[in-house]
Amino acid sequence: MAEKSKDNVYYRNVNENPCNMCMPMGGILALKGIEQSMVIVHGSQGCSTYMRRHIAEHFNEPVDVGSSSLNEKGTIYGGEKNLRQALDNIMKVYHPALIGIVTTCLAETIGEDIERITGQYLIDREMEDFPIITASTPGYGGSHFEGYFFTLRRILMQLAEATEKNNKINIIIPNMSPADIREVKRILALMQIQYVLYPDFSNTLDRPFARPYTKMSDGGTKLADIKSMGGALATIQMGVTIEDAISPGKYLEEEFSVPLYNIAIPIGVEGTDAFFNTLVAITGKTIPENIKQERGRLLDGMIDSHKYNFQGRSVIFGEPEMVYAVTKTCVENGVFPAVVATGSQVGKLNELLIAAVADCPEKSKILIETDFSHIVAASKEAKVNIGIGPSDGRYLTEKGDISLVRLGFPIHDRVGGQRILSVGYTGTMMFLDRITNTLLENKYKSYRSSMYEKFYQQS
Amino acid sequence: MAENLAGTIAERDGFIVTKGKNKKQLQCDTDSSAGCVSQRACVYCGARVVLNPITDAIHLVHGPIGCASYTWDIRGSLSSGAELYRNSFSTDLKEQDIIFGGAKKLSAAIDGLMEKYQAKLVFVYSTCIVGVIGDDLEAICSAASQKHNIAVIPVESSGFIGNKSAGYRAAGDALLRLIKPSQSAVIEKNNSINYLGDFNLAGEAWIIQNYLRQMGVELNVTFTGDSRYTALKSAPKAKLNIIQCAGSMIYMAGKMEELYQIPYIQISFLGIEDTATSLRKIAAALGEESMIAKAEALIAKETQRVEAIIKGYRTKLQGKKAAIFVGGGFKAISLIKQFREIGIDVVMIGTQTGRKEEYETINDLVDDGTVILDDANPAELEKFMMEKGANLLVGGVKERPLAYKLGIAFIDHNHDRKHPLSGFEGAVNFAEEVYSTVCSPVWNSLAKLRIEGGVTDHG
Repeated sequence: MAEKSKDNVYYRNVNENPCNMCMPMGGILALKGIEQSMVIVHGSQGCSTYMRRHIAEHFNEPVDVGSSSLNEKGTIYGGEKNLRQALDNIMKVYHPALIGIVTTCLAETIGEDIERITGQYLIDREMEDFPIITASTPGYGGSHFEGYFFTLRRILMQLAEATEKNNKINIIIPNMSPADIREVKRILALMQIQYVLYPDFSNTLDRPFARPYTKMSDGGTKLADIKSMGGALATIQMGVTIEDAISPGKYLEEEFSVPLYNIAIPIGVEGTDAFFNTLVAITGKTIPENIKQERGRLLDGMIDSHKYNFQGRSVIFGEPEMVYAVTKTCVENGVFPAVVATGSQVGKLNELLIAAVADCPEKSKILIETDFSHIVAASKEAKVNIGIGPSDGRYLTEKGDISLVRLGFPIHDRVGGQRILSVGYTGTMMFLDRITNTLLENKYKSYRSSMYEKFYQQS
Repeated sequence: MAENLAGTIAERDGFIVTKGKNKKQLQCDTDSSAGCVSQRACVYCGARVVLNPITDAIHLVHGPIGCASYTWDIRGSLSSGAELYRNSFSTDLKEQDIIFGGAKKLSAAIDGLMEKYQAKLVFVYSTCIVGVIGDDLEAICSAASQKHNIAVIPVESSGFIGNKSAGYRAAGDALLRLIKPSQSAVIEKNNSINYLGDFNLAGEAWIIQNYLRQMGVELNVTFTGDSRYTALKSAPKAKLNIIQCAGSMIYMAGKMEELYQIPYIQISFLGIEDTATSLRKIAAALGEESMIAKAEALIAKETQRVEAIIKGYRTKLQGKKAAIFVGGGFKAISLIKQFREIGIDVVMIGTQTGRKEEYETINDLVDDGTVILDDANPAELEKFMMEKGANLLVGGVKERPLAYKLGIAFIDHNHDRKHPLSGFEGAVNFAEEVYSTVCSPVWNSLAKLRIEGGVTDHG
């Protein structure tokens, strides 16, 4: 486990039950957090429909995404006509302020030059000022996790400008729940910090019921704010696992000299402390009293639950950034991360995890770029008793009798994926309570019968 | 006229008609227009939906990970035994495979899966890029078939070769290859029937199987709900094919008539009326007096049992208006009648892949003023539901959040369903589901939409 061994990073011939999705999925999620934006998936019709379906089921929100609906002709002679038609129709029906175009396996394999096509389109339509973002996101190029950050970087590359310095902090977030995003915003408001949160799908993918219905949702990071991100005081990016090549924060640092602070998602005492310490270091502001109280309550709750949590042997899986933060929090609370896994191939996670689990009493099994057949097998072998991750882990329960605490994306077999709060001191407490109570539920379910069988029947 | 208001997308005009207002023929069964936000998926999706319920087959997707990821065990087809079909296997093609070809990887994937699962049947689904990079699926499958002495069948389902219907056809071709007897074999006909176009969602095929048993009809095999390799191989022996989901199976039925002289009749088990009519049709086609008598007895008994229950719901639902947007035509047709059984009129109706004949039937069945549309998009669904004052929508996962955001009741009628909607049992479930959503008290709260200054605004 000391190095990136064949044991946990490998090339295989067959993936049995994927633990990741594909790049354009991440691109859509990123673009959904931009004000008044629409997305076109350049490829065959199915890609956009499948991704819409997945996103809609997780958020319980209408998710309209266009497709260039490439057919046989477009595949042979090029998809320019289709893409232009898609742009025309999306403009007409949705009147967006920005259109993002993400590509697919098909478009990339036939070698579509979307920058040229869209450039020409804007000239022909005499709307050269209209922002069309292009991101090359072939499905074989990486997972949805990389697609998400890469698209965020592409948006900055095409929108951010050299501007005057401002007093704002850029907060770049990974794919986390709208509830988590709102909690980050609440913290920033309490700290009286000016910020640009990017991307912000806390409303676009979780909007209140209102009449009349509008096709485009309010909310999202404002275009003007994105343009000014190059003038920010600093960038805090919740992206410790991502490579520099896809890092939006790194781009701002290199291009506009905005200092970059890469931190983990603020879950756990240490993780949340790091977030506050970074905010204080950048702004010199003080931490409000009620936040300190929230921290104290978290510590109090952690003590209350510690013995129950110590019974936990967990399998943690999903997107690298969430996996890392959750692993750290589990270690912090004595929930042993017996198996830690991601389907993504991202570079820095392996090393970070090795450090995170170094002091555990037992050895953790780390699986990078893995699938669920390996996750289920490793979990059984390690006698795991609790799973933490998205719904795709439901087989752990069905095939391995391992309870699943749902977290991350997608959650499609339960309601409320968008409302799961896990960040900040308060969110951490709620996260831990879900873990502890799941362990307790299992305990209460079986302790009478298991003690009876173990002792009475043998006496 | 509806179609003039339909919007702004000229390409869509031909796909929308209002009954009674114009005589024009509805366009259908063509590729989706780019940028129209079609609700359709792709060729691969169509093929996978049809074949996936074959429980003891290895379903291997040759392509990048997304296609397998978005289709892993998301359907509600049940099995009486094998569980292999609930896995999603993928060759997980990466960039180097796109450059150098995926043939070797595919062969190795089949070898690996065979070693682990020892199946008798492997389906290899082609995805978009396989159609472009030109892996010779035929040759690879044929070699694997000989090597393992099993059926390895390529499914030509590259996403860009057509729409979802092309996928049905690809699945039909794969099934025809599967059931083809060896040249020396003599087909011994028996008195049994094949049931085409039921995917055993929530046990629906089992319900129908019980009815047939009570009538003394021997069911040979169902295509493809809860089917297995050996049973499917015996398909040519049957005397009659009954087909429900015609969209996916009529091609197959025609071919089986041509190749194995098996005549077919179209039936539908959705709703009391269609269930009764279908049971009579089957008995009449087989022509045995005892079957006809038993069918009548079954219909009389069941109708009497469920009619009282349905009548109870009808008094509560009378006069409500329904909108329908489902996958195939047969479902739409049955739903019109089924809604009539509970006193509900259909004001808008459309399908993803309905055929010309089916739209003609729909046109005959609905009232003047009903909007009929093919391959609709969210903007059109929203527009016509609001315009026609629909109280509920029948649809799938992507349509559900739209209905809810509009404050409209919703019926899940897709492959994800967890409760049966077929036969007499299904008719009761359907009425109950309609009641549970249309008459839910939550809609009352929407009347009190805003609260300001302590005063609720009922506006």
